[in-house]
Amino acid sequence: MIRSEIIKNLVPVLSGQLVVCNIGLPSQEMHLFGDQPSNFYMLGTMGLSSSIGLGLALAQDKTVIAIDGDGSVLTNLGTLPTIANNVRDNFILLVIDNGSYGSTGDQPTYAGKKTSLAAVASACGCENVIECQADEAVSVVEKAIASKQMTIIICKCVSGNIPVPVITLDPVVIRHRFMQSVQA
Amino acid sequence: MLLDKIVIDAFEKNNIELVTTVPCKQLSGVIAELEARASMMHIPANKEDEGMGICAGAFMGGKRSAIIMQNTAIGVTINTLVTLTQFYRLPLPMLISFRGELREPVACQVEMAVHTKALLAQLGIPTYHFHNPDDVHELDEILKYTFMCNKPVAILTDASFWKGE
Repeated sequence: MIRSEIIKNLVPVLSGQLVVCNIGLPSQEMHLFGDQPSNFYMLGTMGLSSSIGLGLALAQDKTVIAIDGDGSVLTNLGTLPTIANNVRDNFILLVIDNGSYGSTGDQPTYAGKKTSLAAVASACGCENVIECQADEAVSVVEKAIASKQMTIIICKCVSGNIPVPVITLDPVVIRHRFMQSVQA
Repeated sequence: MLLDKIVIDAFEKNNIELVTTVPCKQLSGVIAELEARASMMHIPANKEDEGMGICAGAFMGGKRSAIIMQNTAIGVTINTLVTLTQFYRLPLPMLISFRGELREPVACQVEMAVHTKALLAQLGIPTYHFHNPDDVHELDEILKYTFMCNKPVAILTDASFWKGE
């Protein structure tokens, strides 16, 4: 299973939730399969999905699911200690780990080699770290939402992409409708 | 120190509720004052771009946010300032220690100091430079201005400012 299939499968579970979508294909796939005002699409700024998600969770009480990738977490590895030391039980970080930089041509990442992001997250002090396989993603995310505990999910899958259109929504529109969803 | 208190008072008065920091020797007093203030969440970040991501999320979550960092961080955060803070029109007060100015003991700090204002100007970021202790009294208006215009705004604070009282 590749990332786009995981995202497609997650659409019903993420319906109505505050979702921060990582730059590039993950945002484009989420936009294609399950666009909703409570999705925040990152159009740039690789690496900051988890940081934006944590800030959102710190500022209000609704559940926040930040969808990240292995390459993006590696870019902003400092995020894991910050998350671990600022626990918010309304925060779920879902790292779709396909072992590659999917949006740039599937170049391999170190997470697909010797580096275990689940082990890194645990070593950083994160308490509920779950590594799962692609076909378990829906049930693991469902349980994490129901648990009301901060959870870091590393969901392993194979690399590969489908063609998806770019997002042409204006960033201010994305932000505006997202903030309205937060306040609703 | 009085300046530290005035700075954090201005943050509080402008309803800033979450502040991320990456430390600088020149900012230790203001960070300690922030840490002691119960009305504000203090989230230390490991890198300034990470801090700006947290600030963006906090603002969209309904809390005004700010970052405290060193001017060397301008080099670290240009992409984030442009593609996140500016692109999505998010307000972000940046209280910045302006290292490499008069009274600087470390030569390497000057290398970034000479580029700091040019980079901020290139990015179209409104920039204020606090050199005299009295300049601190503009902070309240600068914060109001930041949240009025939804832009990142730089407040450069040099060694003369911090040591001048």
